[in-house]
Amino acid sequence: MRRLPFFLGEAYRALRRNAAPSLAAIVTIAVTVLLVGVLVPVLDASGSKTEDVRSQLELKVFLFDDASKQEIANLEDRIGRIPHVERVEYVSPAAALKILEEDLEDRSLLDELNSNPLPPAFNVKADDPDNLESVQTALSPPSSAGKPQPISPAIDEIVTGEQTTQIREVTGAVKILLAVIAVLLAVASLFLVGNTIRLSIYARRREVEVMQLVGATNWFIRWPFVIEGLVVGLFGALIAVGILFLGKVTIVDPLSDNFALVENLNTISFAPLVAALVAGAMVVAALGSGVTLRRFLRI
Amino acid sequence: MARARTRSRLRARRSRMPGSHPRRRRPPIVELRDATVVYPGGHVGLERVSISIDRGEFVFLVGPTGCGKSTFIKLLLRDLEPASGTVRVAGKDINEMPRSKVPLLRRRIGTVFQDFKLLPNRTVYDNVAYALQVIGTPRSEIKRQVPEILRMVGLGAKIHNYPDELSGGEQQRVSVARAFVSHPPLLLADEPTGNLDPETSIGIMQLLYRINRTGTTVVVVTHDREMVDKMRRRVIQLHDGRVIRDQAAGMYATDEDTSEFGARVRSEMGVAEPDDEGGGALL
Repeated sequence: MRRLPFFLGEAYRALRRNAAPSLAAIVTIAVTVLLVGVLVPVLDASGSKTEDVRSQLELKVFLFDDASKQEIANLEDRIGRIPHVERVEYVSPAAALKILEEDLEDRSLLDELNSNPLPPAFNVKADDPDNLESVQTALSPPSSAGKPQPISPAIDEIVTGEQTTQIREVTGAVKILLAVIAVLLAVASLFLVGNTIRLSIYARRREVEVMQLVGATNWFIRWPFVIEGLVVGLFGALIAVGILFLGKVTIVDPLSDNFALVENLNTISFAPLVAALVAGAMVVAALGSGVTLRRFLRI
Repeated sequence: MARARTRSRLRARRSRMPGSHPRRRRPPIVELRDATVVYPGGHVGLERVSISIDRGEFVFLVGPTGCGKSTFIKLLLRDLEPASGTVRVAGKDINEMPRSKVPLLRRRIGTVFQDFKLLPNRTVYDNVAYALQVIGTPRSEIKRQVPEILRMVGLGAKIHNYPDELSGGEQQRVSVARAFVSHPPLLLADEPTGNLDPETSIGIMQLLYRINRTGTTVVVVTHDREMVDKMRRRVIQLHDGRVIRDQAAGMYATDEDTSEFGARVRSEMGVAEPDDEGGGALL
């Protein structure tokens, strides 16, 4: 630590005297961070939207009208104990009517009814939509005759929501796609930044050789390079963050005032995103410097 | 195993024989014993070379290109490791020290190269200062020592220039200053005058001679036969990785001082006295 001022001075000298490669590294990092900074919220929002849709998938278990309170309570308990069941929600006929009432535009339709035709039901949610099928099988396992037999005589019918299967497949594909894009982006950023830094160090490998010749220890040589990486990462990230902020203020914010779609997007907020980007860029750049140097230091 | 035993017996016998080697308290600064270097690919750099150099000596290592001169330098800096045999510097087997200690070895050996190996992004001052920063010399010491050594090599006026603003001879002076600023006991020069004209070369040799007179052992690798002959110092000649001549120069000149030395070498080589550039500051 005693040597920190010296190392800082060395890093500053290197940045100043190698302005062109340093600038190239800063610009590369800025572009990469910008890309990541735009894509992370987009990916995140798409991901959470997909998750939203998936989480709405459920099983409806309709009961016979004459199911007793005791039967209903027992059944709720049994369903709750089925593996992968996350939540069981009892919907009484009165509650169902209310929901229907809210959904309908023309409420006068209901006035025509003189009694409530809706049966009592359970809404069953699985921990993951992919497990809905196994829950359904558990609710009505195939009997010896091969036909599904509900576990309780009170069960009238088990219904999967509309297009559950299609939604499940599509959202599943979207999830994989998003993951692939995220991984590609991460790998590309690492390589891009790593390579740029490697080039700027490569131009100075002779210098490293000379330093070793006069008896500099490996860390004595390495620290200034690592600090330089930190500084380059910081500047690159700051430029990118500046552009991101401008973009947010001029494009995203006005949009979210006008469009519920954008506003409702459930994604990482700006401050943590910026912090993560800056920290990430600095770490990658510093590590890039340190690791690249290894080869020239021959340890 | 058997070989190692023989070797240790030999060593024991040698130390018991008073006549062959005069008794010394301190071990030789450089001692190669049966050192063999094989490059990847099978080329033999050195073959069973045994050389012993005492403290305070001025030694030339000569021979044609590819004879193993540079291999010798690399061996002493532990840039290379011998396939067999031992390399001792100041009595220590340098191939037994852990890799992390290699920088410490290099701090005790000043090096001068044909291509100067200066840091291009640093001024003359900073280049020399780096050698001191590496060993943790305090700033105030550096501020005192660097200008002093630069005055000694005759570059007092160019302290803030960058290497590319200097002539070859001046760059080599910087490199000598860097090698000597920490006053190492051993200074290795690999073709120090290879890129320089005769007059500039004499200036550099004069500098090395002066450093030698402070007690530092100087080993100069060169193929400049004429210079070697005029210097009248010990000459070790290598050929195909083997020592074919080790002449402990009986014709050592008597104790010349630096200016007498310069004058003699100049006259013998038919080079005129320098006007006032660099060399003057030496005397």
